Amino acid sequence: MNHSGLTRDQLLDVYYHLRLTRSLEERIGILYRQGKIFGGVYLSTGQEAVSVGAAYALGPGDIIVPSHRDMGAHLLRGIQPREILAQYLGRLGGLSRGRDGNVHYGDIQRGDVAFISPMADGIPVATGVALALKRQGKGRVAMTWFGDGASSRGDFHEGINLAAVLRVPVVFVCNNNQYAYSTPLSRQTRVPDIAARAGGYGIAGTIAEGNDVLAVYEAAKEAVERARRGEGPSLIECKTMRMRGHSEHDDASYVPRQLLEEWRAKDPIQGFEARLREWRILDESEEARITKRMAEELEAAVAWAEASPFPEGKDVEQGVYST
Amino acid sequence: MPEITYIEAIRQALWEEMERDERVFLVGEDIGVYGGAFKITLGFLEKFGEDRVIDTPIAESAIVGSAVGAALMGLRPVVEMQFSDFIACAFDQIVNMAAKFHYRMGNSVPLVIRGPSGGGVHGGPFHSQNPEGWFVHVPGLKVVAPSSPYDAKGLLKAAIRDPDPVIYFEHKYLYRRIKGKVPDEDFTVPIGKAEVKREGADLSVITYGAMVHQAFEAANRLSAKGIEVEILDLRTLLPLDREAILGTARKTGKVVIVHEATRTGGVGGEVAAIIAEGAFDRLDGPILRVTAPDTPVPFTAPLEEAFLPNADKIVAAAQRLAAY
Repeated sequence: MNHSGLTRDQLLDVYYHLRLTRSLEERIGILYRQGKIFGGVYLSTGQEAVSVGAAYALGPGDIIVPSHRDMGAHLLRGIQPREILAQYLGRLGGLSRGRDGNVHYGDIQRGDVAFISPMADGIPVATGVALALKRQGKGRVAMTWFGDGASSRGDFHEGINLAAVLRVPVVFVCNNNQYAYSTPLSRQTRVPDIAARAGGYGIAGTIAEGNDVLAVYEAAKEAVERARRGEGPSLIECKTMRMRGHSEHDDASYVPRQLLEEWRAKDPIQGFEARLREWRILDESEEARITKRMAEELEAAVAWAEASPFPEGKDVEQGVYST
Repeated sequence: MPEITYIEAIRQALWEEMERDERVFLVGEDIGVYGGAFKITLGFLEKFGEDRVIDTPIAESAIVGSAVGAALMGLRPVVEMQFSDFIACAFDQIVNMAAKFHYRMGNSVPLVIRGPSGGGVHGGPFHSQNPEGWFVHVPGLKVVAPSSPYDAKGLLKAAIRDPDPVIYFEHKYLYRRIKGKVPDEDFTVPIGKAEVKREGADLSVITYGAMVHQAFEAANRLSAKGIEVEILDLRTLLPLDREAILGTARKTGKVVIVHEATRTGGVGGEVAAIIAEGAFDRLDGPILRVTAPDTPVPFTAPLEEAFLPNADKIVAAAQRLAAY
């Protein structure tokens, strides 16, 4: 039993992380509509395979610099659902202790560099992480994600070019979900494939079917191995579709309904589930077991996060500096 | 104690910190093979190798962004901006990524960005600016601007050892024009501490960087007229040394603030506010500012002379204030 070089248990682990990402995000959406979460809520619904598939190609010593629709990658680095929920709720139990909100989280100790809002800022940072890893000489790699919109920013160009020139071990994963807020790809670039830009930097570029978690995994695995061998960075473009608004307040009425219907038929979780059933890895009892496990975990996580206290106003000036 | 130039003090600080700490590395444009636009890092590549003296493409934003990434991984990057003017290209990575990381996530970003600032060398609008005001408004950063070889070396060492992002503005006019005594043994100048560079009872000039030297010239002339000037060199612009600022204001009751940067939104306004809030009852006259006007830095000599504050302008302001 071996698909894309993954064992039965690994394939089920991939499936579990896809499902957990979606369920946790659905739960966050509910908390938002209940008025318990304020501000931005950036979901990866329908694009979970980009984050999970690419992050699954990493080893324990590798470092991720995720973007705003990469909950799957965070979960794979060991970030706990309860920490993410507390983050969204602005509690002390969140990864930024209420200092920052929603998707702006990570944990250096777990190899996860926190995202910030200006798009593409993580690209040069990932290049610098990879520079440090290269100097250690232990074959560790960095991986960063960003959207099609981020590819228009100068930091995309500067960061990838610098990584290419310095030949550092980093994998650039473009989550091309066709829309940057309301702006379609056609208003972002005249280039049909972001991956084509790899040629402009003299690095490897490849396109993966972003809703096929194993296709993303395989492309990422190849890029990670290339980086580990000291052969420098790669750019992977994962073609997918943003199935919800930019944030939950946004009804995305500017997206043609037909386009959404086309992509709904290519749902990454349903597609993977069907294959796992076909391979006789997943059956109804296994699926029921996973569903039950997740539901229990999320109930406990929500309870923990809601019980976590808010920080106190008197502490507002603490922590601007290290000392 | 040997006398060395300001630029040699900077070179020594970099060299010694790189020898002291393997984690320290340099990154910037033309710093390796060429040794830097001002030759500060000449010979560093040969000594420390290309892993620690990194020539980059022209990409200030990526230089700073990658330095943040390396700093988060435990290294100690020292970025060279070829001219401080170009720091504008890296503004986002400095103010959004580097400055806010510790407050948000509790992780230190031990990063130094140093660059030649200031005019008086006919550099024109893009090779003469004093951009410290842009960064003094950003919580999470530290900003320093040394005036002497001693402070240049001590503050750079302190910046490299500091756990937080430090912007280090070195004044290019001073590079080879001034010399000063600098001890051979290791020392640092604490960030956040101003220094009284000249004692005086009648009037305070609060300043920093190249203007400290103009203030000295003014003080010598004023002394001949019976006005004894105290010169407070701020040295660190963020965080400001409130105690030292209030101390000299309370002592003399008359304050002239001098900076080469343009007037509106400059550090001087903040210093004046600190004095107004904390020493109003001790003032004998208005707080005056001698600064560059609110214009780009002009190129040609008569315009640049008109632009730059100097001893004449400081003397005029001081005499006006002394009359109170």
